[in-house]
Amino acid sequence: MNKSFYRLDWITIALYLALVSYGLINIYSTNYNENSSLFNFSIPVGKQFLFFVVSIIVAVVILITKAKVFERFASIFYLISILSLIGLFIFGKKISGATSWYTFGGIGIQPSEFAKVTTALAVSKILSEIQVNLKKIKFLFQIGFIIALPVILIILQPDPGTALVFVGFFFVLFREGLNVIFLLVVIGLIFFFILALVAPIPFIFASIITLLISMYFFSKKLNKKASLLPYLLVIFLSCGYVYSVDYIFNTVFEQRHRDRINIILGKELDSQGIGYNINQSKIAIGSGGWDGKGFLQGTQTKGDFVPQQHTDYIFSTIGEEWGFYGSSLVVLTFCFLIIRILYKTENLKNKFARIYGHSLASILFLHFFINIGMSLGLVPTIGIPLPFISYGGSSLLAFSCLLFIFLNLDANRLNE
Amino acid sequence: MRKFLLTGLTLVVGVVFIVRLLQLQVLNTSYQKLSDNNAILAISEYPERGFIYDRNRKLLVANQAAYDVMIIPENVIPFDTLAFCTLVNITKKTLINNLKKARRFSKRLPSVIVNQISKETYAKLQEQMWKYEGFFIQKKSLRDYQINFGANILGYVSEVNNNDIKKDNYYQPGELIGRQGIEKSYEKELRGEKGKRFLQKDRFNRIIGDYKNKSYDIEPKVAKDIQLTLDATLQKYGEFLMQNKRGGIVAIEPSSGEILALISTPSYNPNLLVGRDRSKNYRKLAGDTLAKPLFDRGLQALYPPGSPFKTLNALVALQEGVITHETKFKCNKGHYYARGAFMECHCGQGSRNDLLKGIYNSCNTFFANTYKRIIEKYETPEKGLNQWNEHLKSFGLGNYLGYDLSIGKKGFIPNAAYYDQWYSKGAWKAATIISNAIGQGEVLTTPIQLANFTAAIANRGHYYTPHFLRSVSGDSIPQKFVQKKTSIDPKHFELVIDGMHKVVEKGTARIARIKDIEVCGKTGTAENFTKINGIRTQLTDHSIFVAFAPKDDPKIALAVFIENGYWGGRWAAPIASLMIEKYINGEVKRSWLEKRMVDGDLSSEYEKPYSGKPFKINE
Repeated sequence: MNKSFYRLDWITIALYLALVSYGLINIYSTNYNENSSLFNFSIPVGKQFLFFVVSIIVAVVILITKAKVFERFASIFYLISILSLIGLFIFGKKISGATSWYTFGGIGIQPSEFAKVTTALAVSKILSEIQVNLKKIKFLFQIGFIIALPVILIILQPDPGTALVFVGFFFVLFREGLNVIFLLVVIGLIFFFILALVAPIPFIFASIITLLISMYFFSKKLNKKASLLPYLLVIFLSCGYVYSVDYIFNTVFEQRHRDRINIILGKELDSQGIGYNINQSKIAIGSGGWDGKGFLQGTQTKGDFVPQQHTDYIFSTIGEEWGFYGSSLVVLTFCFLIIRILYKTENLKNKFARIYGHSLASILFLHFFINIGMSLGLVPTIGIPLPFISYGGSSLLAFSCLLFIFLNLDANRLNE
Repeated sequence: MRKFLLTGLTLVVGVVFIVRLLQLQVLNTSYQKLSDNNAILAISEYPERGFIYDRNRKLLVANQAAYDVMIIPENVIPFDTLAFCTLVNITKKTLINNLKKARRFSKRLPSVIVNQISKETYAKLQEQMWKYEGFFIQKKSLRDYQINFGANILGYVSEVNNNDIKKDNYYQPGELIGRQGIEKSYEKELRGEKGKRFLQKDRFNRIIGDYKNKSYDIEPKVAKDIQLTLDATLQKYGEFLMQNKRGGIVAIEPSSGEILALISTPSYNPNLLVGRDRSKNYRKLAGDTLAKPLFDRGLQALYPPGSPFKTLNALVALQEGVITHETKFKCNKGHYYARGAFMECHCGQGSRNDLLKGIYNSCNTFFANTYKRIIEKYETPEKGLNQWNEHLKSFGLGNYLGYDLSIGKKGFIPNAAYYDQWYSKGAWKAATIISNAIGQGEVLTTPIQLANFTAAIANRGHYYTPHFLRSVSGDSIPQKFVQKKTSIDPKHFELVIDGMHKVVEKGTARIARIKDIEVCGKTGTAENFTKINGIRTQLTDHSIFVAFAPKDDPKIALAVFIENGYWGGRWAAPIASLMIEKYINGEVKRSWLEKRMVDGDLSSEYEKPYSGKPFKINE
């Protein structure tokens, strides 16, 4: 214990403390009034502070726990987590349209946040077993099931934003040897998806056909034996996919989904309706200038123009009150934190710890990318918090667990 | 490659975010302005409009608080509508309609539910406000006229329209502006300068407090009070005398040009143009095309001046040296001024009139001959006429006088160019334009011009630009209303003034005599015409009188004219005389004359042209 204490990654802990404090400052500002105080537990900043204290206690407990415990009980944690997700359908409380909460005397707990932690543990445990080979369909299905189960339960709440974060496990699987084809297919699907919505269908068809036919003739020059069949197959599949995206988008999607995507693609300018959030967030961030309007001085923030500003849109407060310097600092801190975790992970001998570290980095990355991207108007509106900074007790506590379990595994890297 | 995928992605995303931040926050400044519009509410704060006093510091116009009952629909909870309706005295239907309207306008912004409730209602409502959640009372300031006369001078205040906003970017929609009269002329002094307050809004446009501790706020500049030259007592008395008669009175203090009274009848109560019924009342007044209550007869009515104009012709002739006090002309109930052209006069057969007699008997023959001499003094009638024109212009005729109200007429004094165009050059001579001699013909004046030249005569050769402003917030006014000299030598005036004195003592206006006050005056009778079904029809003559008093130390000069009053001595002279008595003595002893004037009703005269039947004039 003593030795591993010294091996703790204090830099990561410092980054963690910096982000949480910055979050508290900005939550304080978004809901600022004369009653604001860290110790007023009826207002967001007080609640957040309370959860921060709880997180620290939990973090200490995690750090003094033996590292082996997490690997050994991973399945049990996962099972409890799944049961708590199922339990929501019976005991859960509906808040803003989604049954995602248990409430205990005014304090809400969101099991889906903790499902990220337990799923990360379960995936690490399965993948670290010696016989696992991701080239085999059987294991792919097994892993797929483990990830898909909480995703489905969360989508049913319905909370698609949180479910989307589980896409992060794709990076983990890829790192652990998933065929590169999957990556290409995923990239291709995303690319054609966007293309299908922006460009007219006949134009896309023509481009695909021209491109692949010329590729075929080019490869034929290099290799006389090149067959036409795979090219035709790709043409057929991609055209079919583009067509079905267009069809799904226009008939299966509901208007609000279409709106969210259209706003980002710049196809619609509707600053009062669905585009209101994004627009107000951009105005708030944009009005910050180089050095911002100063702590508690944000007029957009004070005016409460950005809905959910202390939760999902906290970044707009940072942008307005702390300006370019303050908001780039957050971006850089996150990049540094993620890269530091990845760097630490690559040095780990223990496969379980390595996969877990990767899961942590992937989940953090997804949150960072989607949340800030959304505030900046680069990503469609998906309601997920900015880790450590956004208001939300469950989120803070879950991310603290996620991080400190990794710190424990990392500190005990030599105790094999 | 697998090892570095996420690291690479993280770096790429980081760079993209920072570039985007740079773009939004630093390169694109339009977001800064958007935020200011969005989150900061600038509201104007208005100083209370200035008061208006008369020359004796009697308060004429003040402000009254009016109270609007406002609601914010989203805050309203069900309430006892019947009790509310009884309290503010509206019908339930009106209440329901207004509530609906307010809700349609906005659920979160305040709307007026009941307009301008009285002070008494306000007091009662205030006590029970707690019963009506979402209701509040907004105070606003309205004009409060302490008098029921003088509307034509004071003007009124109303909301700015698009033209006003275009003309002067000080104004915003919904603000008030002086519309006519003093309210318009001294708008800048009376309104003060509005201030600005900046408030922080939230996204529902709700105000959540001061913006940056009021550090950007601009304090409003206090409005100024105005003292007028008007004598409210005299103004009131004049309107009292003028009831049931159409016409105007302009009274000026000759020694300063201060306007003591400007009466135009029919008039209206200035309080009609305040408050709830303003636009309804205004439409009614503007729609009265027969009596024209909004037409200021003292400033805008153009008439041939008639006989009072003779005094000016006498002065011009004396100055030009074409007559002396001894010059006499023979009059045989008129005279032939050209072959076959006879001008009537009411002098007896074989009279010989000198200037003095010519004035107090108002002898047409005398002035026709005098005028002929003026025009024929030089080698051509053009030169003679233009010389005459110059003299008259020095009395302020034929042009705007420059007083401080925004309405008026130039009047007209013909010159050679005018007749050249009319008759072609060289085709006219003195006889052609002889009517000008007796104030008929082409000469046109407004009553204030008559009063002004009377003041110039009273001053023996100069006048001050007539004006209404005495002081602004206690400070005396800058010397804007200057002395103007006429082109007539002061020595020529005594003779004409003597003549005017005799008019009252033994001439055509003996009814204007006042015990112990030497009144100088000149009666006038002006022919006038209207068109009935396209046919030019003569109506009963206008009754005109100009006067000043006392003779040697003039305190008041005035012009009175009564539309279709027949002759000068009938209405205008007695009214002028009563005005002088009222102003100088403070009270009127000749109550029999006062009664006769007040009871005089010319309505039947005014109805004649519209009766559709043939009618007699001058009866």
